[in-house]
Amino acid sequence: MNYFLTEEQQFIREISAKIAKEKILPVRAELDEAQEFPWEIVKVLADSNLFGVYIEEKYGGTGGGVLDLCIAVEELSRVCGGISLCLAATALGTFPLILFGSEAQKQKYLPGIAEGKKIVAFALTESGAGSDAGAIQTTARREGDYYVINGTKQWITNGGEASIYTVIAMTDKARGSRGASAFIVEKETPGFTFGKKENKMGIRASATRELIFQDCRVPVENLLGKEGQGFIVAMKTFDASRPGVAAQALGIAQGALDEAVTYARQREQFGKPIISFQGIQFMLADMATKVEASRALVYAVARAVDRGETKIAKESAMAKLFASDMAMQVTVDAVQILGGYGYMKEYPVEKMMRDAKITQIYEGTNQIQRTIIASHLVKEQAGRK
Amino acid sequence: MNIIVCIKQVPDTTSVRIDPETRTLVREGVPSIINPFDMFAIEEGIRLKEKHGGKVIVLTLGPPQAEDALREAISLGADEAIHLCDVAFKGSDTLATSFALSAGIRKIGAFDLIICGKQASDGDTAQVGPGIAVQLNIPQIIFVRRIEEIQEGAIVVERISEEGFDVVRSALPALISVVKEINQPRLPSLKGKMKAKKAEITKWGIAEIGVDPGRVGLDGSPTWVEKIFSPPEREAHEPWHGEPDDLVKKLADELEKAKII
Repeated sequence: MNYFLTEEQQFIREISAKIAKEKILPVRAELDEAQEFPWEIVKVLADSNLFGVYIEEKYGGTGGGVLDLCIAVEELSRVCGGISLCLAATALGTFPLILFGSEAQKQKYLPGIAEGKKIVAFALTESGAGSDAGAIQTTARREGDYYVINGTKQWITNGGEASIYTVIAMTDKARGSRGASAFIVEKETPGFTFGKKENKMGIRASATRELIFQDCRVPVENLLGKEGQGFIVAMKTFDASRPGVAAQALGIAQGALDEAVTYARQREQFGKPIISFQGIQFMLADMATKVEASRALVYAVARAVDRGETKIAKESAMAKLFASDMAMQVTVDAVQILGGYGYMKEYPVEKMMRDAKITQIYEGTNQIQRTIIASHLVKEQAGRK
Repeated sequence: MNIIVCIKQVPDTTSVRIDPETRTLVREGVPSIINPFDMFAIEEGIRLKEKHGGKVIVLTLGPPQAEDALREAISLGADEAIHLCDVAFKGSDTLATSFALSAGIRKIGAFDLIICGKQASDGDTAQVGPGIAVQLNIPQIIFVRRIEEIQEGAIVVERISEEGFDVVRSALPALISVVKEINQPRLPSLKGKMKAKKAEITKWGIAEIGVDPGRVGLDGSPTWVEKIFSPPEREAHEPWHGEPDDLVKKLADELEKAKII
């Protein structure tokens, strides 16, 4: 279907598909098994300018937006939803800079990110603060020209591999969620180390790690936005980044659908290809319809973000919710269509099913997405009266 | 250094089917690509430019749609593109093609090195590169797998042979043809694609390069393709597994049986 993509966006799709086919496909199973971070792919993505697709030209990017990012993430995820995350999670860590960074901060950090020389991570979650982000315990205490950060962040994507971290910490615990602030922390900063590396069900080619801050001194110029703005930074970041997670889910689902159609055409039972059976046809038709509906929603929301629409939290949550639930259903069905083969590691659909699951959980569980959507429904109607 | 890379647009053989009736290639709807061997030539040209400075000019002879191949070469890092495009070229064989390309190269002017792919994946002749060198009266080294060095007007390369490789030194300007071992071509970049979209492609016909119409096209081509057919299928192979000593004995027995030894 024609989504009226710009010529640049069509090039992004073409280049991403080529990288996925030629560079990612041959290594995806191996990196998944070994839980290895895809540094060689990072270099390929960097050389192809894909790390800069959502960054302004004056900072070394190609001047596109969230839709450009979504297209790259979708196309890479079609082959591996774990490897694509090095790009998607870098974008998640970079949006705070794009949205709230000062000119000096942008000039300092964005060119390296756009070039793909610097991987980024976003650090909010802690062991006791997931959906309830207001419960974070990590603190940042002002001492002269520095903030001193103490605490432990958990399950941070790109953790340990990234060279730049955007970290949310409490500067004034008494003020609750209005007492949080966002900081840029560079990897080699003294007092900043890495803890446990997680062993995961899916997206195993991405790094998920603990960040440990022990009297980590960060210069005051690394504060993003103002003190107390940390949660605004996080929420506005998620508005921009959730279409990216949705695109990851969309790509995984499309990849699983592709595999299911290919298999159903080849596999013969009862003397004919199984695609000739209506039971399989109906499953594939439903899968394809859900994938296309998700794509339409994800692209529409990404475009709205790129147009600068500010009240987009509800739709952004919808895109993430719908596409990730869809991806879970479609990958489970793909495994079902491939039957016993689908359950085996020789075929890629079991990995797609494992990779799809996280998209329902991270960047806000789908239950949190529903509460966001519902709260906006209430606000919208109350506002009309 | 000024480098000229000669490329050809060919049908993507990975998607070519053979018509079972006529036994010829079905070309309709088949996407066109840069001849895979020419991708190594483009990459080597760009690497030499990155190392020694200068520029890379890509040159092709072909129908109007061959412009896509030139744009792709620019997206990868070539600086200029020249398209020899004229109905008079239609039906050119390798002699006529190398004659026209060498006329184009003379019009370009000074150059240090011409790089060609080993051969085209459609014709498989490996004649056009050497033909250009003969027309221009410059040295040629074909089947190059590595460039050892370029300095003081000379090039030293490794040329593959059936037994191994030769190290060959030649004065510049010269023409080399490259094999796939020479490098791993880069993938296109977004910035490269955007640049290629806007790039100006120079188009020259027979008038611009000053060639006699009788030397190109069908009139200038002493050879033509009589027939294309699929070769008969080979007999099945039988793999042997086991200890080397046993296998050697078995091989000797079989060769004796076949009266080869």
